[in-house]
Amino acid sequence: MSRKELLSKIGLRQDGRRAEELRRIRCKLGVFTQPDGSAYLEQGLTKVLAAVYGPHQVRGGRSKAQHDAAILNCQFSMAVFSTGDRKKRPRGDRKSTEISIHLRQALLAAVKVELYPWSQIDVFVEVLHADGGVFSACVNAATLALIDAGIPLKEYICACTASLANNNVAMVDISNQEEIIGGPVLTVVALPMSAKIVHMEMFQRFHLDHLPKVLNLALQGCKDIKVILDEAVRNHVEDIGSTTGWSNTTTKQ
Amino acid sequence: MLTTKVFIRKNKAGNFLKNIREHYLRDDINCGISNCDHCVPHLNSITPPTNENKSTLYNFNHYLILDTNVILHQMDILEEDVICNVIILNTVLEEVKHRNLPIYRRLNNVMENSSRNFYLFPNNFHIECYVAQDKLEIINDYNDRCIRKACVWYMQHVPKANFILVTDDVANRQLALKDNIHCCSVENYVAQLESAANLQDKLAHHEFQYASKKDDIFPPHLTTVEIHQGIKENKFYQGVYHASRDNFLEGYVTIEESDESLTQIIVQGRAGQNRAVQGDIVAVELFNISEWTVPSDMVLEDEGLVESGVDEVVRKETELKLSKGKKAEDKKPTGRVVGIIRRKWRQYCGILQQDGDATNLHQLFVPAERRVPKIRIQTRQGEYLRSQKIVVSIDLWPQHSRYPEGHFVRALGPIGDQATENEVVLLEHEVPHNQFSEQVLKCLPKIPWIITDADVAERVDLRHLAICSVDPPGCTDIDDALHCRTLSENTFEVGVHIADVSHFIRPGTALDLEAANRATTVYLVNKRIDMVPELLSSFLCSLRGGEERFAFSCIWEMDKDAKILNVRCHKSIIKSRKAMTYEEAQITIDDKTNNGAIAIALRNLNMLAKILKRKRLENGALVLASPEVKIHMDSETMEPLDVEVKQLFETNSMVEEFMLLANISVAEIILEAFPDCAMLRRHPSPPVTNFDPLLKVGQNLGFDIKVDTGKHLAESLDLAVKKNNPYMNTMLRILATRCMMQAVYFPSGILPRSNYFHYGLAVPLYTHFTSPIRRYADIMVHRLLAVTVGSDATYPDLLNKQKSQQLCNNLNYRNRMAQYAGRASVAFNTHLFFRNKVQDEEGYILCIRKNAIQILIPRYGLECALYLQTQKCGDVVLRAFDPVTVRLSLDSSNVQHERFVLKLVHPYIDGFSVQPLSVPSKRKNEIKNKKKINEKRKKQL
Repeated sequence: MSRKELLSKIGLRQDGRRAEELRRIRCKLGVFTQPDGSAYLEQGLTKVLAAVYGPHQVRGGRSKAQHDAAILNCQFSMAVFSTGDRKKRPRGDRKSTEISIHLRQALLAAVKVELYPWSQIDVFVEVLHADGGVFSACVNAATLALIDAGIPLKEYICACTASLANNNVAMVDISNQEEIIGGPVLTVVALPMSAKIVHMEMFQRFHLDHLPKVLNLALQGCKDIKVILDEAVRNHVEDIGSTTGWSNTTTKQ
Repeated sequence: MLTTKVFIRKNKAGNFLKNIREHYLRDDINCGISNCDHCVPHLNSITPPTNENKSTLYNFNHYLILDTNVILHQMDILEEDVICNVIILNTVLEEVKHRNLPIYRRLNNVMENSSRNFYLFPNNFHIECYVAQDKLEIINDYNDRCIRKACVWYMQHVPKANFILVTDDVANRQLALKDNIHCCSVENYVAQLESAANLQDKLAHHEFQYASKKDDIFPPHLTTVEIHQGIKENKFYQGVYHASRDNFLEGYVTIEESDESLTQIIVQGRAGQNRAVQGDIVAVELFNISEWTVPSDMVLEDEGLVESGVDEVVRKETELKLSKGKKAEDKKPTGRVVGIIRRKWRQYCGILQQDGDATNLHQLFVPAERRVPKIRIQTRQGEYLRSQKIVVSIDLWPQHSRYPEGHFVRALGPIGDQATENEVVLLEHEVPHNQFSEQVLKCLPKIPWIITDADVAERVDLRHLAICSVDPPGCTDIDDALHCRTLSENTFEVGVHIADVSHFIRPGTALDLEAANRATTVYLVNKRIDMVPELLSSFLCSLRGGEERFAFSCIWEMDKDAKILNVRCHKSIIKSRKAMTYEEAQITIDDKTNNGAIAIALRNLNMLAKILKRKRLENGALVLASPEVKIHMDSETMEPLDVEVKQLFETNSMVEEFMLLANISVAEIILEAFPDCAMLRRHPSPPVTNFDPLLKVGQNLGFDIKVDTGKHLAESLDLAVKKNNPYMNTMLRILATRCMMQAVYFPSGILPRSNYFHYGLAVPLYTHFTSPIRRYADIMVHRLLAVTVGSDATYPDLLNKQKSQQLCNNLNYRNRMAQYAGRASVAFNTHLFFRNKVQDEEGYILCIRKNAIQILIPRYGLECALYLQTQKCGDVVLRAFDPVTVRLSLDSSNVQHERFVLKLVHPYIDGFSVQPLSVPSKRKNEIKNKKKINEKRKKQL
């Protein structure tokens, strides 16, 4: 009781959202010129940059190259200033390595790597501000960057977190504050259009009875995020198109 | 819309971190006023303006908006039904929660009551009510600004309604007036309400005028910062203050984190106690060894009047100082309270002091608990309240005031009235005893309740068995029944059938939470406070004779020597053939001509029970004794007619044996299935020092009492018999009982296996399974067992070790309190019985103290002190356990604390003893036809 309630009696969370509401998502494609594709994504206060290079020749050891698919290389890093306590090293620690691997697994589910044998695709994500749901923001940003790079995807790869408030109510898109006072966090990476779960992980635990509702909410969150990403992509394409002039054929002026 | 909150916080390592949090502002928040033109009516957020606010201060109907200080200080007023149509702002609620959690809970209770029309408005998330905090603005000012902003918004949003801001903050009121907000102080508002006189008494007074420039009586308290600093530097100690029962100028502080041998610090006098009240967490400063004193054995009573100064206290303080023994070896660590870390004030029951002018505005309140100081209250109904037991809470204790200042909360009823005294007993022991709420009653099954085919399919049908229950007379909550049938010449099937309460109480429902909070049914002499609503306790769950009921059965196969061949547990449907009393069952067993199925079953059960008991005692189980009495009540006047020691039959022990067996079997089953979270009961073996009084008495009487193990203790107690004094053995057992520790519930995961032991019963595992109607622990055990046998599913909290631990803590606390409450009730009724009576009674000397002899009167289960002036009295020698005859009468001079006065009759000592009464009191047996209440086996172990 003395603990903070994650969900008040009137159904509002600590930051004023309702249980099933996402944080504000803002995103932008093509933020850098150097990489082949890039994106910036804000999910609440969590801010992530993603850059994609490739497909290009396999660098480093040639022996890694695969004859039937491209190598997908992911690197996750967190800026030293991204958390409250200043971090000692931005990448290479156990947690970052783990997230890198997870990110790669998640993206492999949708990237059509088989189109690019003997080549390599690099995905770099950098967290500028961590405020909960870091991994899911990275997945979403990476998806946008891959789209920006023009790499064929089967569909959007979206990620979302969900948790259980007051041991009863599922709530979506967990902020850092909620992570700290709450408890279990379920992260789901899904292909929202085909409703396939690509990757799922959970910190701490809750009773199995609650899993269906929490999982469903997380999946719904993924679908909602897909709509937002999709709109951003379409706007971006329209912007790019209008600068090159082919928008004249689609939109009447 | 979105905004961010930025604040800087210090972390554990001492670094300053900048925190940024999102804060979403919404436009979909309902204003909560039903006839509002703008908002879409929202479920359960409507405040229908049906109730008229009855204040003469404003001649229009209005809504109240409360400031934080009003809620924090005037909760007793807010709990009155007169205050309604209230809007609670989220800003206020958060601040209340932050400042005072108990008040927050009470506020939540009030808000849940839909008839009161309280509406929680989340103003800080409302886009139009949100205001950003200015830099350098103090949080209090900011909150006030939020509140005013919300008021203004409401006025604009619903122009046809009126809103009144109630605040005790003068500055806030002035600023509000500038914004054209109606506002007033609580005092003004309440004064204009109907029935104001009663309400005004409940106002807490927090503002004190120092105009009178009275001298400070107490030294000032240190600030929180100074206290923390002092504790860090080991200058002060933190501990819990306990006042002395007998001496109002003395108390002691038990140190929580004591390093060396220092566990208690004595504090004496005004300066020493410095306004600490029983239970407060305080900081104490230890004196130099040279200033240490001896705890006084004086009895000092606070005789002060309302307006009396400190002269009396000063006089008594000097008296206390002079009385000190000078023996250096008796000196104990002494100190003084320098500050209060946390107040543990609660509401106190008691009476108004009877002397002085009853019409005076200021009255002095004398709490029933002796360790709490008198409290000064303001009341306009002094004359009426003097005849009542009342509840009062403390507001504050200023430095210049001899007594803490408080306010009247409510009256319980006339002093000395039985219902009132019951209420006092319940309140003082914190027994939850209000009516079951609507929500709880909604969870009950619908009547008529029918057993469906689905139910039958899930359960084993045992309706054909000759099951019967054996209970005390008048028992309506029958939770156990037995059966026994002969399988072959040498084997029996014995079944214990326990009411299946967990079928009706589903986890997580309001009913479940309420039962978990109550934890146990509390038995007072003439009242039972049920753990679950009566429909369940006395009807649906109660295994009544001739009715089909759901049960949880535990069935053994046993051979002739009561050896268990196998055991199984399952849910079942039973039909008890007969609900018997112990006496009836005994008669059935003894009646040789009766050869019915039940009679044979009972005889077999009795035979097996005797073997079981013998085996148990051989294992070292203790037979303990405590003087328990039964009070016969007149069913109409509710006056006690007679007090007598409970009568025990062989059948009592028979039922008990099988209940123990069931509990033990179930404990083994659930522990195996849930090694981490099985709800068990343990009884720790007492430390050897606990036995000192017993050993001392044993030595005096020439018995060698071994206490190293339970088995040895049991054996040596059995051997300690004297032919000429048959009651002596019982006395020894009573003493032994007092050396024991309390048995407690615990979840198995938190302790190593070796600690599961039950000392009193001498079994490695024990739990409570057999009384789910009156104990919550049993319900938990039922649920665990149901999962084990596959007839129910688990739920999260059942498997959560921490949650179980919290639950156990509550169960243990409530059980203890229920026990104390029961005893207090018996004590009160015994007093009632002895009013205006003088009797000579047989008694035994329990122990001998410096100035008194403790005497046990077995017939009434009383233990009283016979005060002595001197220890020499000619050639008469009194030893422990000697029989004596004493004259018993009741001293009612202190209305709240009646007590027995003893006078020695036999042996006769010249100048001290009194002559026996001419008519020796004879037992009255004509009350047999009267209703006997308060009958329940109490298996406390």
